[in-house]
Amino acid sequence: MSAVAAPSARRIAWIRRRRALSRAWGQFRHHTPGMIGLGILVAAVLMAIAAPLLADEAGLRAINVTHNPTFANPSEFGPLGTDSLGRDVMTQFIWGARTSLLVGLAATILAILIGSIVGITAGFYGGKIGGVLMRITEWFLVIPFLPLAIVLAAILGPSVKNIILVIGITSWPSTARLIAAQVLTLRERDYVDRSRALGASNWHLMTRHIVPNVSPLILANTTLTVPIVILSEATLSFLGLGDPTNPSWGKMLDDAFETGAVTAEAWWVFIPPGLGILLVALAFTLCGTALEEILDPRLRDRNK
Amino acid sequence: MNDATPLVEVRDLHVQYPGRDGPARAVDGVNLEVREGETLALVGESGCGKTTLARTIMGLRRPTSGEVRFRGEPLSYKRAGLREHRRRAQMIFQDPTGALNARQTLYEAVAEGIRIQGLKGDEEQIVAEALANAGMRPPESFFTRYPYEISGGQRQRVIIAGAMALDPDLLVADEPVSALDASVRGEILALMLRLVRQAGVSILVVTHDLGLAWNIADRVAVMYLGRIVEDAPAEQLLTAPQHPYTRALLSVVPETTHTEPQILRGETPDPTRIPSGCRFHPRCPLVESGEAARLGIEKQCTGEDPLFLPACHAVRSADEHEAYVHER
Amino acid sequence: MSLLEVSDLRVTYNAASQAPIPAVRGIDVTLDVGETLGIAGESGCGKSSMAGALLRLLPKGTEVTGDVLLDGEDVLEMKPGRLRAVRWTELAIVFQGALHTLNPVQRVGDQIYEAIKLHAKSASDDDPKRVADLLELVGLPARRSRAYPHELSGGQRQRVLIGLALACDPRLLIADEPTTALDVMVQAQVLRLLAELQRELGLAIIFITHDLSTLVNVCRRIAVMYAGRIVEHGPNDKVFADGAHPYTRALSAAFPVIGEAEFRMNPSGLSGDPPDPRHVPSGCPFHPRCAVVTDVCPHTEVELWPAGPSREAACVHVSGAPVRA
Repeated sequence: MSAVAAPSARRIAWIRRRRALSRAWGQFRHHTPGMIGLGILVAAVLMAIAAPLLADEAGLRAINVTHNPTFANPSEFGPLGTDSLGRDVMTQFIWGARTSLLVGLAATILAILIGSIVGITAGFYGGKIGGVLMRITEWFLVIPFLPLAIVLAAILGPSVKNIILVIGITSWPSTARLIAAQVLTLRERDYVDRSRALGASNWHLMTRHIVPNVSPLILANTTLTVPIVILSEATLSFLGLGDPTNPSWGKMLDDAFETGAVTAEAWWVFIPPGLGILLVALAFTLCGTALEEILDPRLRDRNK
Repeated sequence: MNDATPLVEVRDLHVQYPGRDGPARAVDGVNLEVREGETLALVGESGCGKTTLARTIMGLRRPTSGEVRFRGEPLSYKRAGLREHRRRAQMIFQDPTGALNARQTLYEAVAEGIRIQGLKGDEEQIVAEALANAGMRPPESFFTRYPYEISGGQRQRVIIAGAMALDPDLLVADEPVSALDASVRGEILALMLRLVRQAGVSILVVTHDLGLAWNIADRVAVMYLGRIVEDAPAEQLLTAPQHPYTRALLSVVPETTHTEPQILRGETPDPTRIPSGCRFHPRCPLVESGEAARLGIEKQCTGEDPLFLPACHAVRSADEHEAYVHER
Repeated sequence: MSLLEVSDLRVTYNAASQAPIPAVRGIDVTLDVGETLGIAGESGCGKSSMAGALLRLLPKGTEVTGDVLLDGEDVLEMKPGRLRAVRWTELAIVFQGALHTLNPVQRVGDQIYEAIKLHAKSASDDDPKRVADLLELVGLPARRSRAYPHELSGGQRQRVLIGLALACDPRLLIADEPTTALDVMVQAQVLRLLAELQRELGLAIIFITHDLSTLVNVCRRIAVMYAGRIVEHGPNDKVFADGAHPYTRALSAAFPVIGEAEFRMNPSGLSGDPPDPRHVPSGCPFHPRCAVVTDVCPHTEVELWPAGPSREAACVHVSGAPVRA
């Protein structure tokens, strides 16, 4: 019986990986909460991307809207009324989505990147290096987030870039600790030993064996970190540490608070941004939970 | 290099682990040789240090003192030296499922060593040949499969293929079949015997199973609490054991029917609390039955560490005085 | 009347979104008071499923059919209250003594006492001092009752599990792989303990293991399981040394007898693997791996047929076996 003249082993492996991905997608599709979350996210991202088409950016500046009524409710000026300066709330909402999502994703990537590198290094090497890294991590964990963020933001100055930096720097430790713990167990696995016996360098072990096996955890952790980051951004903007020229949902809440929208009972000014934050954070959480379930290796074995 | 140089030589090896109650002397002064083309079974119960010894020979652990020599050259623990050693000495693991990365295809698992070592030649051909030699035929049909799709015995074959692809001189097998079903073991052991004959590889097999040693070993070394207590050709050691520990072990093997089982009391002591004198004396049937006292060697058993082989004062006194007759 | 009479026991697992898995496909077992029976088989043969079925310890949704008569009473038909009363007091299980079989955060003495308390029918039965008695019965000093499982060695944990099983004076003990993870010397200690207890207490024991050689000295009768069925049973020495079924012979050959020339440098095993219960080969399930397979084997469902005095084997080669095409 002759061997099949098939495409190379590499290509077949790649095809199989694609098939595994589509299998995972198939499972995700049946996970109702996950799909709801995904739907919300897609809508939010589309809205943010299409912002220039949906709302005139000029409407964000106070000087352009001096002719608008202030605190007009949605029935008078639509669709979401105006705020204390006469700015259209809907415009702010759409453009604010951009900032919130951008900061959310960018700061998350920064936090995950730092956290993963620190976590993998600390978990893999252990000993003195690991000890030092974990102590640094713990130091960051112990310091309360808000005071640290406030100090950093004050030092760096208000801007979107700096907010991303601040949140990224303060959010990586929990990821690092989680990943370090996982890497500690992975390091003891027999296949790592086998690779070492074959002559592998530490770099090879980390990149070819540790990282692929810790990436499901990183992925799940990422999707669960985004909501935290978005809320952090909202908090910082609410405290006035964000970029005053850049709209964001947190800033909208800050404005509402400062300008007495609450007392004016102008609910259309603070409910939309609040809901926006809530929904996006919830959406990421739902997706993250769905991903965790799908990527759980125990589940994978059962379906083989 | 002449024929008399053993492939592996272990000289006065000590490997210690830091422990809560003092250092654990896992390997406590071992001298051992593995000769070319030989299959040596390192036999002992759990906690005797055989796995630590095997891993030290592989270079996966650094000894606390003493040395490991490969073809006369002491092992270098520098990166380049270790990599060279890894090409000549390969390892088979006890749990074939855990020893394969579940995310790698079988092709990648076998090719990994080839790539790391930068071996020349057509990679696909080397992988195919290694798989075929390990009994996985036709090899191409296994290239894109994943470990969970094949059986335990087949996984062990893949690991053997991955090791043999580097054409090593020594295979260190740590309990290679204990995690496999009984009916499957014979095939893997037969494969190992075939490798010795065809590829000329030497095998150091670490096991607790004396039957396995009878099946495939040329020589057997018995380990107890960090020391080799008896080291002899397999036929001799397994049919006419001299050390009381070996005799006790053989007597309790379930298939043995011709000797009364000598079930030792208690369990192997902790390597942090190694008994004085002969480390086996607290459990030795000769001491317990009073035989040692009768022979006049009791003081030696409790006070003097037997640094010879077999590591038993009774045996040595018999050799010297021929007053103690071993009964089969 | 026998102590235990199992007829046509079948166990089928029903996992969600999967085809049903027939783990046990019709087993008959008889055990008298004080008798010992060994059940040997490899992974996937169904022996652990059978053990779980006898005490109804299988996951919900598992289909268990057949009769399991304990002193004439069908365990499978018992109401939950009666089942709870019977469990442990009549019929107890000793599992493999891995760390996770015992509660790691509870002292072993308390775990044994828990069993006593649960089944105490009166105040006099509820006696904490029995824990010390039980520990001594299994060869452990009474003060070890204060230890946590991780503080004990493998052999000691196994003894605790045996003591736990004996807490309520059962008449039948099922030992499921009790010595598998233990060293050969500790294994010998535990086997000797079981033999002693069997003699002293008149226990009936079903000893389940993949290590056929351990059964020879412990059980008077041995049954060999393959693919959910018993393929041979008979006296221990005969089954081990001179099996009537080809699988038994192959399994036996996997445990070399030290000193015998036929095993020297001659490891023997079977090609292929024990069958996955989801894909049992047609006809005689052993035919793909059988050294003496004939043309009829893939198409013939062979039943157990007498193969000597108090021996049965399910193979076409057994003389007189009815061969059905």
